[in-house]
Amino acid sequence: MASLKELKNRIASVKATQKITKAMQMVAAAKLRRAQEAAVAARPYAHRLGAVVANLASAMAGRDDAPLLLAGTGRDEVHLLVVCTAERGLCGGFNSSIVRLAREHAASLLAAGKTVKILTVGKKGADALKREHGNRMIDRVELRGVKTVGFDIAVDLGKRIVDLYEAGEFDVCTLFYSEFKSVIQQIPTAKQLLPVKVDAPAAALETDYEFEPDEAEILETMLPRYISVTLFSALLENAAGEMGAKMTAMDNATRNAGEMIDRLSITYNRTRQAKITTELVEIISGAEAL
Amino acid sequence: MATFKFELVSPERLILSIDADQVDLPGSEGDFGVLAGHAPFLTTLKTGIVTVKAGGVSSRIYVRGGFADVNASGLSVLAEKAVPEAEFDPAVAASEVAAAEAVLAEAKSEEAKDRAIAALDQAKTAIAALA
Repeated sequence: MASLKELKNRIASVKATQKITKAMQMVAAAKLRRAQEAAVAARPYAHRLGAVVANLASAMAGRDDAPLLLAGTGRDEVHLLVVCTAERGLCGGFNSSIVRLAREHAASLLAAGKTVKILTVGKKGADALKREHGNRMIDRVELRGVKTVGFDIAVDLGKRIVDLYEAGEFDVCTLFYSEFKSVIQQIPTAKQLLPVKVDAPAAALETDYEFEPDEAEILETMLPRYISVTLFSALLENAAGEMGAKMTAMDNATRNAGEMIDRLSITYNRTRQAKITTELVEIISGAEAL
Repeated sequence: MATFKFELVSPERLILSIDADQVDLPGSEGDFGVLAGHAPFLTTLKTGIVTVKAGGVSSRIYVRGGFADVNASGLSVLAEKAVPEAEFDPAVAASEVAAAEAVLAEAKSEEAKDRAIAALDQAKTAIAALA
């Protein structure tokens, strides 16, 4: 049985931990709101650009002069996995679920005899993949010190990926991130980034559309931007998801700490009472002996 | 005068959504104006100034890396960077010029260099027009 002093120290330390987790939960809640707003504000652009690219791409489908980014290299040998995770931990299974998905994907590609290259965005993904796939990692991008994800980060990243693609470094690029469904639900997602795969256009393009310059040229300037925007929305979803996961994890931690304090307090009180009783019995039996 | 819906969107947010009388845009193949009932039209934009006339008030917006989509539902401009004249200050101008110069410094092929020089000129012209 632990002594009273030990119990007291234990309770104090759990209380201190609870204070920290509570504070982290509140910080995450505030950041979550901001991240969610940013994700929502970015939606109109992504949505419109997606619609226009889908329209143009379906018009270009099968044509010989389709841009490289759309048509692909025609091979399926070298795969680049872009794994986007958070920069920090303490957010439940958020990072590990993204990494797990990427790892499974990499394993199945390797089993099929393909070459796998990995580019990580965010420190946690790099740390988790380092041991197993260290020699396959071509680069790691860290977002340390980035307060809010700006579009310029996505542009830089997109440019790097497109440059690698044009240099023939890989044939297929898949993006891994976490889709933000709700505060308590984030779904790790794999999305093909290159060659650009677009959904079928919602509505057929008006037939008398005029293009300036022609479709192919517009598409050529638009595709790199489309990739940047896709990356940007993935990063924003990740940011919101990370905060959501952190909030949930810290809420759980705070509650667990509360339960622990309750349990420890009961033990503490019982021990104290037992000690008092023993002391009384000692005094009484001492008095009787006189 | 008939109006049409004009929307200006940047990757980060929806900047403007109004009913406009007329919008003048710097198309990559030449400047053009859009009035209500314009034929469906899709074009890339060069770096320059978009002029919006709505309700007798005209306002100017600096736009880089955008394209314009005119269709039956109105005109939407998607721009990588869009700064209204009121918010346009020397710091923004300097960063825009620096960005264009960085692109030029990085350009390898002759073609890319030509494009970068053109973009730098366009940025400088637009900045001079706003100053």
